Amino acid sequence: MLDWLISLWSDPNTRWILMGCTLLGLGSGVIGSFTFLRRESLLGDTLAHAALPGVCIAFMLHEVKSASLFLIGALVAGIAAVFCVSAITRWTKIKSDAAMGIVLTFFFGVGTVMLTHIQHSGSGSQSGLDKYLFGQAAAMVTSDVYILMGVSVLLVVAAMLLFKEFKLISFDPGFARGIGLPVGLLEHAMLILTTVAVAAGIQAVGVVLVAALLITPAAAARYWTDRLPVMLAYAGVFGALSGASGAAISTLGEGIPTGPVTVLAATLLFVLSLLLAPGRGLLSKTLRHRNLKADYARSAERGALNAAEGGSQK
Amino acid sequence: MKKETTAAAPLTVSGITVAYQRKAVVEDVSFTLPEGKLVALIGPNGAGKSTLLKAVLGLVPSISGAVAIYGDTYKKMRSRVGYVPQRESVDWDFPTDALDVVMMGRYGHLGWIKRPGRKEKELAMSTLDKVGMADFARRQISQLSGGQQQRVFLARALVQEADLYFMDEPFAGVDAATEKAIIALLSELKRAGKTVLVVHHDLSTVEEYFDHVLLLNKKLIAAGPVETTFTPELLHETYGGKLAIVSSNGREALVKQ
Repeated sequence: MLDWLISLWSDPNTRWILMGCTLLGLGSGVIGSFTFLRRESLLGDTLAHAALPGVCIAFMLHEVKSASLFLIGALVAGIAAVFCVSAITRWTKIKSDAAMGIVLTFFFGVGTVMLTHIQHSGSGSQSGLDKYLFGQAAAMVTSDVYILMGVSVLLVVAAMLLFKEFKLISFDPGFARGIGLPVGLLEHAMLILTTVAVAAGIQAVGVVLVAALLITPAAAARYWTDRLPVMLAYAGVFGALSGASGAAISTLGEGIPTGPVTVLAATLLFVLSLLLAPGRGLLSKTLRHRNLKADYARSAERGALNAAEGGSQK
Repeated sequence: MKKETTAAAPLTVSGITVAYQRKAVVEDVSFTLPEGKLVALIGPNGAGKSTLLKAVLGLVPSISGAVAIYGDTYKKMRSRVGYVPQRESVDWDFPTDALDVVMMGRYGHLGWIKRPGRKEKELAMSTLDKVGMADFARRQISQLSGGQQQRVFLARALVQEADLYFMDEPFAGVDAATEKAIIALLSELKRAGKTVLVVHHDLSTVEEYFDHVLLLNKKLIAAGPVETTFTPELLHETYGGKLAIVSSNGREALVKQ
C-alpha cells in the first residue's frame, strides 16, 4: 500500500495526473454545490452527454487529440444543448426534466454515431477517443493536466468572488432581482462555469459519469452542515478525494477507466455521510428518536406514578 | 430622504397590463399610492394581486403600462424599495440561518464581491430583535415555524432601509404572535413616514390594519381611503360571483364599526 503510494508520487507523470484530478474534483464539488442547491442536478448530466458530439466534431475538423480543442467543442455543444432545453420549455408545454431527457439522449446518440464513425475511419490518430466515454486519466499529457488545473482554479476563485451573489440567486432569485442583481447574467455565468467544469472533466472522468462529480460530493456535503461556506468546503474536499482515488486506482491496472472508480469513491463518501453525519445522518436521527421515545416513556411513567401517589394521599 | 420625496408620489402605476399566454391577468390598472399610508391590495383568488405586485417590481413582464417610483424609474429608485415575497417562494431547507437571510437585505447596498461585515451584522441583529427573533439568529431556517420564517423575511426587507415596501401576503398562515409582530412593524413603518403596499386576503381585518385599499379583480375596481372605498357595494363588485359570503362578510365588518 505504502509502496504503491510512493510509486504514484515518484513518477512525475502520475503525480501531475493525480494533482489534476484532485483539483478537478475540488472545483467541480464547489461549483456543483450551487447546481445541487438550485435543483438543477440533471443539468450537469445534460451538459456532459451533450459534450460528446462536440468532442467528436472538434476531432473530425482537426484530426488531432487536443484537450483545449476538445474543451471548446464540449463547451459549444453544452451551450447548444442548454439552448435546446430552454427553447423546448419555452415554446412547448414540456417541462424541463423531460426536455433535458430528450436533449441529453439525442446529443449522446449523435455523439455515439460520430464516435463509431471515427473509430472505423481508420486514421491512426483516432485511437483512444473512446476513452472519452468513461475517462482515462492516465492518458492525459502534461498540457491536458495544465488545462484541468487552470479550469479548477478558475472555478474555485469564481465561486469565492461571487459567493454572495451565487448564494442569493440560488436561495431567492426574485429577491435578488428586486435588489438589482443581474440575475440572468449571473445564472448564465454559473451555467458557463458548470459547463467548463464538465468539459474539463470529460477526459479524466468521461462524459457518461462526469456529472457525478458535480452532484454527489455536494449531496454528501449537505449532510454535514447547515452553513453554505462549510458545505462548499466539504463538497470540495469530497470531490478532491474522489478525483484522487479515481486517478490513483485507475493507474494501478491497465484498462481500469477513471470515471467509474471516481464515481464509486464519491458514492462511498455519500453513503458514509448519509449514515454517519451528525445531526442529519440516519444513525444520528435514529438515536435521537430513540432517546426521545425513552425520555417520553420515562416522563409518562413518572407522571402516572405521581398521579397514583396523589390519588392515594387523598 | 424625506425632503426630496414631497413632490412625487411613492408609486404611480399607469395602465399596466399583464398577460400569460395571451390571457390578460391584470388589465389596464392605474393608481397612485399616497405617501406614508398602509395600503391593502385585496381581491378574490386569481384576481392578479401578486401578479400586479410582481409586474410593478419588474419580476414578471408587463405588456403595456408604466410604473413610476418617487417620480422616477424603478431601476433608479430601486434602493428605496423593499420587497417581502411570499414565504413559499423559496426552499427553506437551504443551508443558511436567520441572521444570514436578514443580511441578504444589505447586499444591494454592499455592491459586488464585498462581503457583509460587522456593521451589517449588527444592523441585522437589531432588526431581528425588532421582529422578536433575536433568539433565533443562528437557527437553521428550516427549523423555524412558518410565522418565524415570515418575520425573518420582514426583517430582511427592513434592513434594506427603504421608503416604499411591497409585501406579498405576509399574514398568510401565520400564528397570532407573528400577526401581532407584523402589525406593530407596519405601524412603526407608518410612523417613520414609509409607504407600505400589502397583498391581503382577510377582509375582516382590513379596516383595523389599513388606511387605504385597492380593490382588484383583473381590473382595478376602486382605490381610496378605507372609509369611502371599503364598502359593501364595491366589495360586491370586486368579488362578483362569490358575493353571497363575501359581501355579507364585508357588511359585517362595516356594521361592527
